[in-house]
Order: sequence, then structure tokens, then C-alpha cells
Amino acid sequence: MRLRPAGARALLVEVDELETVHRLHAALRALELPWVVELVPGYRTVLVVADPARAEALEELAAELPTLELPPAEAVAGEPVEIPVSYDGEDLPEVARLTGLDAEEVVRRHTAPEYTVAFLGFSPGFPYLVGLDPALEVPRRDTPRTSIPAGSVGLAGGQTGIYPTASPGGWQLIGRTEVPLFDPDRDPPALLAPGGRLRFTVAR
Amino acid sequence: MIRVRKPGLLTTVQDLGRPGLAHLGVPTAGAADRRALGLANRLVGNPPGAAALEVTLAGPELEWEGHGWVALTGGRVAATLDGRPVPMDVAVPVDAGQVLAVGSVTSGLRAYLAVRGGIDVRPVLGSRSTDTLAPVGPPRLEEGARLPVGDQADGDPYRQVAPTRPVDPEPVLRTVRGPRDDVFTEGALRALIGVAWTVTSDSDRTGVRLDGPALERRRKLELASEGMVEGSLQVPPDGHPILFLANHPTTGGYPVIAVVVDADLPLAAQARPGTRLRFRFVSLAAARSARG
Repeated sequence: MRLRPAGARALLVEVDELETVHRLHAALRALELPWVVELVPGYRTVLVVADPARAEALEELAAELPTLELPPAEAVAGEPVEIPVSYDGEDLPEVARLTGLDAEEVVRRHTAPEYTVAFLGFSPGFPYLVGLDPALEVPRRDTPRTSIPAGSVGLAGGQTGIYPTASPGGWQLIGRTEVPLFDPDRDPPALLAPGGRLRFTVAR
Repeated sequence: MIRVRKPGLLTTVQDLGRPGLAHLGVPTAGAADRRALGLANRLVGNPPGAAALEVTLAGPELEWEGHGWVALTGGRVAATLDGRPVPMDVAVPVDAGQVLAVGSVTSGLRAYLAVRGGIDVRPVLGSRSTDTLAPVGPPRLEEGARLPVGDQADGDPYRQVAPTRPVDPEPVLRTVRGPRDDVFTEGALRALIGVAWTVTSDSDRTGVRLDGPALERRRKLELASEGMVEGSLQVPPDGHPILFLANHPTTGGYPVIAVVVDADLPLAAQARPGTRLRFRFVSLAAARSARG
């Protein structure tokens, strides 16, 4: 575990594995420290942001971190969320061509694994997923689209993701889901949480 | 109610934003210059985090449908009420039917217009802020829109002009090294504090983009995306740092060489394109006790 100050009132805690990130994130949340404003997981880090008036408390936390008990990985992940997808994306033929697979095989391989939500970022509720079949690694589109509809499921650079809201983007679109990933009027507003798991299924 | 006759270049409703949701990818947003927002609110007798208007470069024209109080703070701006000049940094009464015309910001970049009682648009995820990066919160001001005025005031309007400092034309911002300073060469760290950086015109509420020498990395590195704080100096592969402001993305994949202390963020928020910014390093202890 490495500790890196990120300014006067934040600490970036770096660990070796994504699984440890999620266990650490869960342990820190469970402490319910009143002075903690944000706990932001990344691929290898948890960022702890303190209330500016209580920044010194980061020192105490830093001293306790090495001996902090982390919950087991199974307890953190929870049940997988199912995301039904209509696999009729505009770029599906192109993805098939790039991977040398037929469209049906692309769908089979995309729906086979259980994915882990590494963290949410880029836009509200946008999941960075790990677990994609390496055979589905395709480059981004040469020309990004100016608008991608909400719910679009895409591939790019060895990653797969879902656009929670309409936005520009350069991913290869293979399908679309009707499941709302982000709704500010819902509690919690994001369907997925860091460390959670999900499966894509073929929508009927 | 306040009727928007002209919206200005980019006028948004801002309060202290949505802290606590970064792990869901929701930016904090809120006022870029929180000190100016707080002063504007105190002047009209509001709590410091009440929602006000953030005016960027060219201001709006607003018609009051009822009696009220306003205060303008932050970047220097000429404003008139029914054609008569309105002073800044003081509470000013407004009568029903009067039109407040906020002109161009002549010094600094963002002015704040607080209204006694607060702007009472519907809160989203605990804040009335317009998020200019993600589709959260109210839209930016548009012609013909009507803004409800709330009843959040908890003090009296302040009728004396509050002392403020002039906008510094070449501000020096205090920073703490890291969290990824070890990615960069010694030369890059020297250059960061050794030169004046020019604010470029593609800067926005997300970040202040800076032109200067390319900050070189010690080694090629694919950094795994990680959480970002306001004030981060993130360095993309072209070597030109971006200073993250209130509406920064929650995570980023480029290394952060240093982080600007909170007390100096208002200076960054007021740095208009062409401004020359300088940085200096301070210790963590000095950063924690830094005052504006």
C-alpha cells in the first residue's frame, strides 16, 4: 500500500489489485468518518478527500490504514446486475469484420463473462468494466460520433461500456439497453456501484 | 421571480455543488470562485452556500417581478439598474419592474450575482448547480426563462461596500507536489514553478488550460485512471497542464504533478484567457494552514 498526498486535503491510497481497491473502498465507507467528503475508487487507487477544516485527520487515517481490516472480496461484490441488450448496434458488422468473428459469436462472447465494475467515471453512472473477452478488442472509431444515444453499449481498446446519457463518443456500438443507468431522482442515482458485477444478456 | 431578458455569454446557477457523489461519476460542480459566491451571499443576508448566478465574461439582462436585494462580487463588471450604475460588493435594493443589466467582465473572468433568498430552482442531487460537464442540474440561463427567488435569507442585507482585493494580473498559486510528481523529470518540476504559464482560450469550468514548455515525463507511463481533486494540475501527453476547477471530471487517466491549495483556487477561477499564472511549491503543513 502506498500513500500519496493529493493536495492539502486528499490522500491517494495506491494498492496492487483492483480487488483490493474495492475491499479498501468498502472498509473506508464502513468507517463512516464524518470528515470524509469523497471516497473515489480508480483502477489501483482509492482517493480520500477530507473536509478542508479537518484535513489533519488524514494523518490519523494514514497511520491506521496499514492495519485496517478489509472485508472479503465476496462480501463486497454483491449480486450481479443483469443488463438486457438489443444487439443491433450500427457497428456490429464492423466489429465482426475487425475481430474475424461472425456477429452471433461477438454477441455470444460479449454475454459470456461476468464483468466487474472497476469504477464509475467519465460521466455520471458510466461504468468502467473489466472482464471483456480479449477476442473482442477493437480500436475506437476513426471519427467519433457527435451524439450517441443513452443506453448504447460499445467496445473500444479492450474495454466495453454503456453510455448512461446521450453524449459524443468514439466507441464501436454493438447494441443498446433500455435499463436506465443513471437517474438523478433515484436513490442511489446510479444503477451500478464500484466493485459490483454485471452480466449482459440478449434482450427479448 | 426574475425574468431573463438576455442570458449573457454563459450564465449559470451555482451553489456549493454536489460533494459526496464522485464515486458515482457525478462531478461536484458548484461555483468556480467560492469565495466570491460566499461574499455575494453574505452581502444580501443569505447563507454562504445559497444558489446565485455565475456570470462569465458578458453578463445577463434581468427583470425583477418583485422587490428584492442583489449583490455583485468577483470579476469586475459594470452593471446598471434601469440605466443607473450599480456598485459592486454591496447589497443593492431592486424594485419590481426594474431591469438589471450586467455588462462585460473587465477584470477577472467570473462575476457572482446573489439574490436575497437565493435562486430557488429545483435541487438535483442536493444542489441547484448547473453542471457544465454532465447533464445534471438546471440548464444555463436562456432568454425568456424565469428564475424563482427563494426564502433562504437568514440575515440583513449589508449596505456598506465590502473590502475586496483587485484581481491580480499575474497571480502566484501555491501548490503541493504530487500525487504523481515522481512521473516527471526534475526539469519538468523546475519548469512548473520557473515559468509564467499562459491561460488559453479553451479553458472552461472544467479546467484552466495552460500553455508553456512541455512538462516531460521520466518514463513512458500508462497511468490507470484515478480519482481527481479540484486544483489538480493534470498533465496530458502533450505536456501542457490543465488546472482542474469546480466542474472537473471525477476521474482522470493522466498524472497529476501538483495540486493547487484551496485558498488560491479563486485566483485560478478568475484567470481569463491570456493571463499569466505562476506556481510555487509549499509544504503540506503550509498548504493546510494557507489562507486566501
